[in-house]
Amino acid sequence: MKSNKELFAELDTFIEEKHNDPSELIAILHKAQGLFGYLPMNVQQFIADKLKINVSRVYGVVTFYSFFTMVPKGDNVINICLGTACFVRGANDLLARVEEILKIKNGETTPDGKFTLTTLRCVGACGLAPVMQINDKTYGNLKVDDIDGILSQY
Amino acid sequence: MKKINSREELLALYEQYQSLLDLRKEEKDVSEKYHISVCGGTGCTSSNSLEIVEELKKYAEIYHVADKVEISITGCFGFCERGPIVKIFPDHTFYVKVTPQDAEKIIKQHIVEGKVVEELLYKNEKGEKISKQDNINFYKKQHRIALRNCGLINPEVLEETIAVKGYQALAKVLYEMTSDDVIKEVSDSGLRGRGGAGFLTGQKWRFAKAAVSDKKYIICNADEGDPGAFMDRSILEGDPHSVLESMAIAGYAIGADEGEIYIRAEYPLAVHRLEIAIREATEAGLLGDHILGTNFSFHINIKYGAGAFVCGEETALIHSIEGKRGEPTLKPPFPATKGLFGKPTNVNNVETWANIPVIILDGGKKFAELGTENSKGTKVFALAGKINNVGLVEVPMGTTLREIIYDIGGGIKNGKKFKAVQTGGPSGGCLSEKDLDTPIDYDNLVEKGSMMGSGGMIVLDEDDCMVNIAKFYLEFTVEESCGKCTPCRVGNKRMLEILTKITDGNGTEQDLADLQELAHVIKDCSLCALGQSAPNPVLSTMQGFMDEYIAHVRDKKCPAGTCKNLVNYEIIEKNCLGCGLCARNCPVNAIFKTDRPAKNPRLMAYEIDGSKCVKCGTCLHKCPAKAIIK
Repeated sequence: MKSNKELFAELDTFIEEKHNDPSELIAILHKAQGLFGYLPMNVQQFIADKLKINVSRVYGVVTFYSFFTMVPKGDNVINICLGTACFVRGANDLLARVEEILKIKNGETTPDGKFTLTTLRCVGACGLAPVMQINDKTYGNLKVDDIDGILSQY
Repeated sequence: MKKINSREELLALYEQYQSLLDLRKEEKDVSEKYHISVCGGTGCTSSNSLEIVEELKKYAEIYHVADKVEISITGCFGFCERGPIVKIFPDHTFYVKVTPQDAEKIIKQHIVEGKVVEELLYKNEKGEKISKQDNINFYKKQHRIALRNCGLINPEVLEETIAVKGYQALAKVLYEMTSDDVIKEVSDSGLRGRGGAGFLTGQKWRFAKAAVSDKKYIICNADEGDPGAFMDRSILEGDPHSVLESMAIAGYAIGADEGEIYIRAEYPLAVHRLEIAIREATEAGLLGDHILGTNFSFHINIKYGAGAFVCGEETALIHSIEGKRGEPTLKPPFPATKGLFGKPTNVNNVETWANIPVIILDGGKKFAELGTENSKGTKVFALAGKINNVGLVEVPMGTTLREIIYDIGGGIKNGKKFKAVQTGGPSGGCLSEKDLDTPIDYDNLVEKGSMMGSGGMIVLDEDDCMVNIAKFYLEFTVEESCGKCTPCRVGNKRMLEILTKITDGNGTEQDLADLQELAHVIKDCSLCALGQSAPNPVLSTMQGFMDEYIAHVRDKKCPAGTCKNLVNYEIIEKNCLGCGLCARNCPVNAIFKTDRPAKNPRLMAYEIDGSKCVKCGTCLHKCPAKAIIK
């Protein structure tokens, strides 16, 4: 595990590589979220200072895009696809089952920090609908009864 | 690869690399050597196709045939429903639903013994096994231009792209054509933007060329946000160089030396392949400074989206590349005069780009031979939903919905009845049975109240409630509305509230009138295409399926049985066997035994207590006698 200081140093290097260019803000936020796991205010302030822009602009961008988050995520991120193809093949039932098992709602993290549950719009694997991703692994052609078994592997 | 310094050198390499594709070109039933292509698209890699490659290589060693067989990944075959796909050349045997455990069989039986592995073949609706790709109905009516190389070449090897005439169109442009020639060729083709609005590509380029500036930009819109559309991703994963080449061609035509690819963060594999492609092409002198030894230079960067549907709109996309909130601005000024960083910019979508090399090499007129009067060429559709053959299909414009859904798509899943097909994603609409024989092109779809959009095509069956589908799309738009203009931000939210009221069973007929009025106001007053088209799913379902709306508000019934508040489960006593399976499986104990005899007179019939029932449908699925209805 890297210390906070190391993480900021790495972020700093990345920003330097981008020549402190404010038009690279989104790439920088992607990098920062990769390093810290989320984008707390002090990270946003750090980026704003480095790019010589107002922190309000950084905050505006962070809150505009659904990919960025200001709350830490759990160890395993569950993404349920709610694209149209998955929706008509029963993705809502999968979501309900996961919510029931983990006792959290969409967008929340379990109290032990093990799982975060989110939804997204189309991973482009419509042939496998309905689809659920956990971290980088994709589970396709799911039925509600499959959920218990999959979650128990984590 | 070493630097290619001229068109002659490129053509020489083209000849030289033909040998790479020898096995894949001519179909032969008997061969000494084989080439195995394994699909490496997102759908198939999600089902472990990369592991299949490893296993195949392992068994090729074990059975001592490693020198007899080449094994590589390739781009999406399009037949995602049956993935992972493995194709064997030169005999063109097409294996479907392959697992890593099948690798040994493929090597031992097919490669060593020369026998087809029967159980991995595709079976058609009649249960007949079909061994060759071209004989499968899914492929018979397709005509592949944009997807021409997907499933043929290894996208991570530049040599293979060169062997399929990659970068020859760029070479032709640089060595033979003026920028006006290029624009004329593209105009002659009649190509219209494949991203949604369908604007004429040649005209767009002409405007960008006419703008006077010291700097211009080319943008590739790879922010494929329509849920259910994945053609752009497949092109980027399967044939990334075709997009890079075309961006450079457009750069030459309008006078730009820099290009940006704006891609969704959700597409890591496509990003990975693009990175490799840009690196290799730059090393080979096909991108970068002095391309192919000429004075033309063109650089391409990748910019990441961060999850905002509105960024598919070109002005919003441009703001996002500039590192700002992706909010649209009013047009004019169009990007062609004032775009990225205030400079003239030409934006096209991935599928549009993929058509350009073919137009340049074969001529615009040849391209225009395909299609209808005002929509030329082919269109890739992402066929999904309640259909047997989910996947990517590329057909000439003017093909009918019926041909796509029944001939190519193999009809509706589980023998259900077709109800509607949704085209154009959240901006499009639903077409019903009576529209099935309409030839599909840009104008016909708009006339029918839908639109081409990016080509998503979601098939719905009798179990889908059209009010609920409209609500689904509205939820999407409400979530994705950027909030800049009031009609879209507030109006869509009010529409969603009304729709929710209707699906909850509290709707009135006045609500239907309000919905329509509101929809027209939003269409007329929104700032960008997202808002202007957001009411389409509502309006088109109201147009084609008004009876369902009326059933919801007047009779408080959901004909499809989807809206839980409007569904009542009931046991038909004379059919009830009295087995009690329903009662044992009911999660809320809402089913009880009556004192009336069941069909089997020794047992008692069951009944559902409507006040306890949560309408989960478990009893309906468990009942062996189909005695439960909703």
